[in-house]
Amino acid sequence: MKLLSAMAVAAVAAVSSAAFAADAPPGAAACSGCHATNAGAETPVPKIHGKSAADITAAMTAFRDGSKPGTVMGRIAKGFTDDEMKPIAAWLEQQK
Amino acid sequence: MARQTRRNFLKHSSALAAAALFPTPALTQAAPRVVVVGGGFGGASVARALRVLDPKINVTLVEASATFTACPFSNAVIGGLRDLKAQQFTYNKVRAAGVNVVIGTATGINTQGKTVRFVDATLPYDRLVLAPGIDIRWDGLPGYNEAASAKMPHAWRAGEQTTLLRKQLEDMEDGGLVVMAAPANPFRCPPGPYERASLIAHYLKTKKPKSKLIVLDAKDQFSKQRLFQNAWQELYPDHLEWVSLSKGGKVTAVDAATMTLTTDFGKHTPKVANVIPPQRAGRIAELAGVTNNTGWCPINATTFESSQVPGIHVVGDATIAGGMPKSAFTANSQAKVCAAAVVKLLAGQAPATPKLINTCYSLVAPDYGIEVAGVYHPVNNVLTEIPGSGGTSPVDAPKDVRETEAIYAEAWFRTITSEVFG
Repeated sequence: MKLLSAMAVAAVAAVSSAAFAADAPPGAAACSGCHATNAGAETPVPKIHGKSAADITAAMTAFRDGSKPGTVMGRIAKGFTDDEMKPIAAWLEQQK
Repeated sequence: MARQTRRNFLKHSSALAAAALFPTPALTQAAPRVVVVGGGFGGASVARALRVLDPKINVTLVEASATFTACPFSNAVIGGLRDLKAQQFTYNKVRAAGVNVVIGTATGINTQGKTVRFVDATLPYDRLVLAPGIDIRWDGLPGYNEAASAKMPHAWRAGEQTTLLRKQLEDMEDGGLVVMAAPANPFRCPPGPYERASLIAHYLKTKKPKSKLIVLDAKDQFSKQRLFQNAWQELYPDHLEWVSLSKGGKVTAVDAATMTLTTDFGKHTPKVANVIPPQRAGRIAELAGVTNNTGWCPINATTFESSQVPGIHVVGDATIAGGMPKSAFTANSQAKVCAAAVVKLLAGQAPATPKLINTCYSLVAPDYGIEVAGVYHPVNNVLTEIPGSGGTSPVDAPKDVRETEAIYAEAWFRTITSEVFG
């Protein structure tokens, strides 16, 4: 491991990742802790990055009011207002 | 962070010395330099997030061990359900993401000159992020020191200690007594001792049915308590006994030579002793001057910048983070917020007020999972749980919900390790 050569690599190799994407609205970056952005991660938890904002907002709202059954999402959704959910859903739609 | 060989260190530190003496102007003048010390869930996430948020930033991750061994799910290794290899990750993908990974041990921080010191080298930074995790307080429990931990493992930093505790359980004859000492708050992974107690009880029930585990606790309350205790009553009535602080559970001294744990109410001499001792922020935090008299690090709840030393940020278990527990999910969540704040601060802009999430799964048995979740935001500079949100799995959930959450627990581990190390 040579530091200087690694610096050179660092200067050219920018890897994009939805998990860490820029300008995520408050709370949005945390979603990928459970909802995988990496296709290699084997999980039954639904992929949400790239889904339509309308679908995400509908699901979050339904989790929050209890009309959509789930495990942890109801309790997480209760931590977000409508005004906070909207930009998160719009941002998620833009992610690959 | 595990120890490294001297040869390895010299190899890397000479490269560091060269970098400090002969900086490449095109790189060092143009690009802001962020150094991250500690390559766990917090540190590796900060490093990767910085590279994605602003590829112009020169990011160096300093970590003592070439292989990371994850703590989440290491209780399943102790319980014989999982191989330690399933816990281990390299930094190859972190390097491929454009992070300069240096395997070496930082020996100090020059906060005035803004450099990270090594034995014979220095590494300059514009902003520093410390993600040092925990250190054991070797002065925190009379009789418990590094030598004692070879006989009475803590297994609270995953690796050799994890394997040692598992082997002691495997070598024990059926009928042998196991005792765990659980610490007072705060400590890494609040539900961790109780998940471990569950999976040790599961091992005893299935492999050593005449044996029993006694948990001696320095607390009366603990994380997901009702869920754990209900499950213990259902699954392990003959194999697990929990002794609370008020029932005399606090271990006040240990003697490794005689395998004795002493409480105010008596002495225990088990065949296997798992002593989870008091903890503090990893050593480099103290050397940097970012710890207070608690041994942990006060931070700004919006930027994760140290309240004590400007220009140094702290994330993960080492922080005093209000309502957020010391967990891998928390560290990852904080890392993303911290990275975004560092990018803004380097650009002379104001960081946004963040929102953070934590989710912690615990296994009570291989097919029985429970969790606690929380959503947090800064209130008067303290990370505070949003009222009405968060909480644990329902106390009265049917079996299929527990099975689903056990599946989600493993899926969470695959997902987060894939994001951070994959």
